[in-house]
Amino acid sequence: MKRFVSMFWITTIPFFAMIALFLLVPLLSMIGGSFQAEGGGGFTMSHYREIFANPYYLQAFENSVLISFLSALIGIVVAVFAAYAITRFPQSLQQRVLVITNLTSNFAGIPLAFAFIVLLGNSGLFVLLAKQLGIDFGQSFTLYSWSGLTLVYIYFQLPLAVMLLYPLYNAIQKQWMEAAELLGASPWKFWLRIGFPVLLPGIVGTFSILFANAMGAYASAYALTGSSYNLVPIRIGALVSGDIFARPELGSALAVLLGLTLAAALLVNEWLTRKIRRDLS
Amino acid sequence: MKRISLPSLSFALVMLYLFLPVAATILYSLATEWNSTVLPEGLTGKWFAELYADPRFLQAFGRSFLLSFLTTVVAVVVIVPAVFSIIVYAPRMERLVQILVMLTYAVPGVIMAVGLIRTYSGNGIPMVIITAGAYLVGLLPYLYQGTRNSLLAMQARSLMEAAELLGASHWQAFVRIIVPNIMSGIFVSSLLSFSILFGEFVLINILVGGRYETLQMYLYAKLSSSGHVASAITVTYFVLMAIITGLVVKFTRRSFARKEVP
Repeated sequence: MKRFVSMFWITTIPFFAMIALFLLVPLLSMIGGSFQAEGGGGFTMSHYREIFANPYYLQAFENSVLISFLSALIGIVVAVFAAYAITRFPQSLQQRVLVITNLTSNFAGIPLAFAFIVLLGNSGLFVLLAKQLGIDFGQSFTLYSWSGLTLVYIYFQLPLAVMLLYPLYNAIQKQWMEAAELLGASPWKFWLRIGFPVLLPGIVGTFSILFANAMGAYASAYALTGSSYNLVPIRIGALVSGDIFARPELGSALAVLLGLTLAAALLVNEWLTRKIRRDLS
Repeated sequence: MKRISLPSLSFALVMLYLFLPVAATILYSLATEWNSTVLPEGLTGKWFAELYADPRFLQAFGRSFLLSFLTTVVAVVVIVPAVFSIIVYAPRMERLVQILVMLTYAVPGVIMAVGLIRTYSGNGIPMVIITAGAYLVGLLPYLYQGTRNSLLAMQARSLMEAAELLGASHWQAFVRIIVPNIMSGIFVSSLLSFSILFGEFVLINILVGGRYETLQMYLYAKLSSSGHVASAITVTYFVLMAIITGLVVKFTRRSFARKEVP
């Protein structure tokens, strides 16, 4: 028994120490810091008050929620169909396609932003092509703004959405489709009445992961617009890393609010999934 | 005539959308001049030659490699035995570990960065070490999942009991029996971990900044100066990721194959 105790503790103590040092303590310190006056000192709510009173920070939240929601929505709608298409390929091809999809999911952050600059930047491939055809995006589209950023976000949502949705189709058995067909249901009716409802909890879950994924995304937006585009992660980064104007306490408060947004998204997902499942049974 | 179905169409669109940026970057890295024409005016390897001759690139690449490699090794050494102990000796603790895994997975890098700066900046500890520590925790979901799957697949608990009945000590049994059996699973998770760290930008940029220039930060610095060199970096990075993915696939296939033929 003594040896069991020693082996167990020797292996788990460094593990839990690591988690405490680099996860729990920093998170608690951040939450504590968000209630602290600047440069240390007593308890205050002033950072939260400042955030809620400042249209600039509210706009950052609005932008972040909007781009995350939109990119997650487009990503999931497209991926629902694309993942289904993959399930109809021959088995060996399915694996290959998934590997390729997985590979493109590595293409995120700075490299991704750069690739979009090559395509759609000021002298990007498509911009030049359009100019030759006599179309000038000029006013209506620039990569470095809302519309361009959304395209980049959709790019990194797609592989993730496909990878997460693909296994869901395993739940739909061939026999169901055959049975439905025998009973006279059209494919449309089958998907509407049986297939889609079975998939729905998984789709909702995937959506919330995509949403959270985009809410926390930093590198792509930073690479494209520096810190000029107003998103929550960008604001947080600027508040804590600026050597001259660093305001880590305010940054902490923003980070806490971002964390709460993510938690809320996950709770809504949990609640929705349960509700949908109950409707099913 | 076969009608094109909605799923096939959207699949084709997704693939096109995912591949266009990759293809354009590759083309751009090989183009001589590409400022006003739709297709490049000529092809050249000089951007790659220029890049690979730049000591700053080699240093950045080396730093990325070192940081990702060492962190992955430490993460494996710390996490794998702990997950093993918990699964074999204290399975009830798994719920706690799963909550921690969820937490690391759900907290984005920016949020972690704020907490780490508040806790450790100005303590005299180099922030690179702190970043590496945060990376260790960030790898937890991947290594936990990989280790757990391998352990459950080989029925580690009964194997340990058998080994101990035959007189092996806990450590002997772990090192001689468990580790060799989970090696391929660990290797795959490590490759995955390495590739994740190699592409990391948020923590290193916010916590360390220019003081420890990794490949991603070098790429960011090059974005504004030379597009062609920047594409050469991106292509290099992508090729490395393709190699790692290929290795992962190869090794997962092999371990599958072994399972099918006992």
